[in-house]
Amino acid sequence: MIELRINGTFRGFDVELEKPLLWTLRENARLTGTKYGCGVGACGACTVHIDGEAVRSCTVATGDVAGKQIVTIEGLAHDKPHPVQRAWIEQQVAQCGYCQPGFIMATAALLARIPAPSDEQIDQALTNICRCGSYDAMRRAVRRAIVLIARRP
Amino acid sequence: MRRRTIVLGSLAGAAALTLGWWFAHSRDRLGDRTMFRAGSGQIAFNGWLKIDSNGRIVLAVPRAEMGQGIHTTLAQLAAEELDARWQDMSIEDADDLPIYRNVEILVDGVPFSPDDRGRVAQTARWAATRVAGIFGLSATGGSTSTRDAWEPVRVAGAAARNMLVQAASRRFSIPISELVTADSQVLTREGQRLASYGELVPLLANVTPPIRVEPKSPTNFRLIGRSVERLDVTAKTMGTATFGIDVRVPGMVYAAIRHGPVPGSRLRSLPEPVDSLPAGIRSIVRLPHAVAVVADSWWRAERFLARDEDNGLKPEWELPQDASRLDSPTLWARFEELGRTAKADFVRELPKQGPAAEPLPTVRRLDAVYKAPYLAHATMEPMNCTAWFNSRGGLEIWMPNQSASLVRMVAARTANIDPDRVFVRTTYLGGGFGRRAEMDLVREAVLIAREVRGTPVQLIWSREEDLRHDFYRPMALAEMSAGLDEAGRLVEFRQRLVAQSPSSQFPKRNLGLPENGQPDPNSVEIPAYRFPSYRVEAVVPDLPIPVGFWRSVGHSHTAFFEESFIDEIADATRTSPLDLRRALLTGRNRHLAVLDRVAAAANWHSPPPPGRARGIAIRASFGSIVAQVAEISIDRGQIRVHRVVCAIDCGPVINPAIVIHQMRSGIIYGMSAALFGEITFVGGRVQQDNFPSYDAVRLADAPQIDVHIVETGHDAIGGVGEPGTPPIAPAIGNAIFALTGQRLRALPFRIA
Repeated sequence: MIELRINGTFRGFDVELEKPLLWTLRENARLTGTKYGCGVGACGACTVHIDGEAVRSCTVATGDVAGKQIVTIEGLAHDKPHPVQRAWIEQQVAQCGYCQPGFIMATAALLARIPAPSDEQIDQALTNICRCGSYDAMRRAVRRAIVLIARRP
Repeated sequence: MRRRTIVLGSLAGAAALTLGWWFAHSRDRLGDRTMFRAGSGQIAFNGWLKIDSNGRIVLAVPRAEMGQGIHTTLAQLAAEELDARWQDMSIEDADDLPIYRNVEILVDGVPFSPDDRGRVAQTARWAATRVAGIFGLSATGGSTSTRDAWEPVRVAGAAARNMLVQAASRRFSIPISELVTADSQVLTREGQRLASYGELVPLLANVTPPIRVEPKSPTNFRLIGRSVERLDVTAKTMGTATFGIDVRVPGMVYAAIRHGPVPGSRLRSLPEPVDSLPAGIRSIVRLPHAVAVVADSWWRAERFLARDEDNGLKPEWELPQDASRLDSPTLWARFEELGRTAKADFVRELPKQGPAAEPLPTVRRLDAVYKAPYLAHATMEPMNCTAWFNSRGGLEIWMPNQSASLVRMVAARTANIDPDRVFVRTTYLGGGFGRRAEMDLVREAVLIAREVRGTPVQLIWSREEDLRHDFYRPMALAEMSAGLDEAGRLVEFRQRLVAQSPSSQFPKRNLGLPENGQPDPNSVEIPAYRFPSYRVEAVVPDLPIPVGFWRSVGHSHTAFFEESFIDEIADATRTSPLDLRRALLTGRNRHLAVLDRVAAAANWHSPPPPGRARGIAIRASFGSIVAQVAEISIDRGQIRVHRVVCAIDCGPVINPAIVIHQMRSGIIYGMSAALFGEITFVGGRVQQDNFPSYDAVRLADAPQIDVHIVETGHDAIGGVGEPGTPPIAPAIGNAIFALTGQRLRALPFRIA
């Protein structure tokens, strides 16, 4: 039995140590917001936060994250949407939407680390794939999120 | 192959086809209130709309939401006619009924440009509407959903509004002529509020639906034409939207699958595993063409399939000889030979459009051979289908799909049960692009579900299976040839295309109809350019490689071939790419308006910044006309696209933000293909297996994209899902030539 701390709650799972965190989240924790896109860490659809860092959960074994603080897209908002999510909704970024949780998690982690990133820093942090090509809207949403976070009391 | 037309008589033997009633008019598609299941507290107006006592209005949406915003667009049409508040609107996946079936998608399949209003073209369209009604196909594709729904959904909204006004009239004893509607309310002409729509619900049961209603005149539109918020964006942003792969049914198990290594492989044998199955693995299912493993975790099932030779499954495959010999170099050699020597399966020759005169002699020819490779769809959400033979004798399917009608038909046929016992739920699609119009996963999921009878099973393809066993955008070769006269003017334009045809293969594998051996209609559309003499020939090789509809279909390569070659002609005749196009588009006012707008917006007449160059392209497809200018630079052999300016005439615009988003989407999709996209074969096996070997444009590579909607007064709605894709490859290729003098005639672009 592995105990994981997901979105602030401790939960126990009877899974193999080597089962990728992505699948433990989707199958055992029944949190389907984190998505499978490639399984090899190339697309970023599975991005979660582990101790505050953006991590591609398909590349991480469940056994290796016991005791760490895991946040998924479902846990990003508290009583209201996270500023990144607000910006994303304002800018109407999502098209098919499948890649969006991964992008939002990567953006939230970036802005927690660097509140006012340059375009280059944004490009380097957001290497996820969006097959619908929502990149223009995403750039605007990232800039908007920077403003919303800066305004937070 | 001999040209064959679809003969309805031959369909009589196809047992699984449902013959519905045929129709041509919107009122025939209205349906009655029994067709839209109303829950407690709800009442339906007709087959499309219902309302609850809180005033929440629900529209039945028979089209798949794959990011193109169709759920929002359809709801916007209904809300406009209803005079409902946008926040009152919601949608529900529709049942598979004849009234929802997509007429436009079959009409669009006739090989006439949508602008052709001649008698032959119109007759072909009329015949297609009959076929649509008889076939009864609900499908999302061909950029047809908005065009198709424009009349029926508005009529449904107008009919619903009519019933609400009738109810208010009766309730308040005020003549209908004295009543108006706005913001989900009925008011008197003087503005006195009488009742909200929700308050009128108890009276609706006694109101007779109108026999005939007229939708609003466009001059009265309040919602249509505005960028209202999309209905699906919040759920997708919060991570709560359910895609097919997120479906969870109590007791559900998962299946992973391995297909044979070459197209057409059959499973010959699968030795029983020596050891007992590991924990969690329920069963191994033999399919004719694949092996599936069922487990309580997809990851376990997939890992079991991936085990090495010594302790894993050892399927033995029967490999078809012809497929096993397929190598990309040999394929190109074969295509080159076919291009030179094969008899054409299709020929179109256009007479001269100028005054009848002696043909001008051709003194100079320009010849070029263009190539475009097989392409995968690579939707972000991998392929999946959930199936369950439930305890009530029904078969339930949950799937991200582009045709619920086909899903139901194919599931019923595979399970050998009546289609009335099959229930299809269409989830959100994490990308479609034409891949999810295919029914292969339906067959697989139903066969696997039958093995674990009573247990719901979700079949998921790994990314590797997805890239290796796609229905590819066909590879294509084009021999382009232009004839110039003594004065250096273009007098003759010829092309000889060699490509497999998805529109020939698709009906065979999904509907059991014979292949017609004809090219994709939209790779041989009548050109807008006024060539004095025009001829296109198409050769459709018979190859075992599966080909399918890929965003913009035939236009995805022929636009590259034609718009690049036009630039070659411009260069040879010392005309600017813009001027040559303008001259050839004389009298094509829509095209000219779009072309001129993109040139102006891109500062075409001013030199680009140092180290950069621009390329232009224009393409009409799916009823819309799109022109693009790409501005690029090249840095150490890498193409950098800085900016794309895009102009579109799509006729009446329902939601400008959606149009702009779709243009950006089509451009990025086409740009990924132009820069990275290539599926290659060795020994019949696809070489690419995951994103690292089949890459896509990322944020860092993405150009700034400016979209301009051009109002030409054209009154027919054009599509927007696909038209953004065809022009981008030639625009980039033409920019590469302008910058370097290198004319790249093959995709993906590789700088020498």
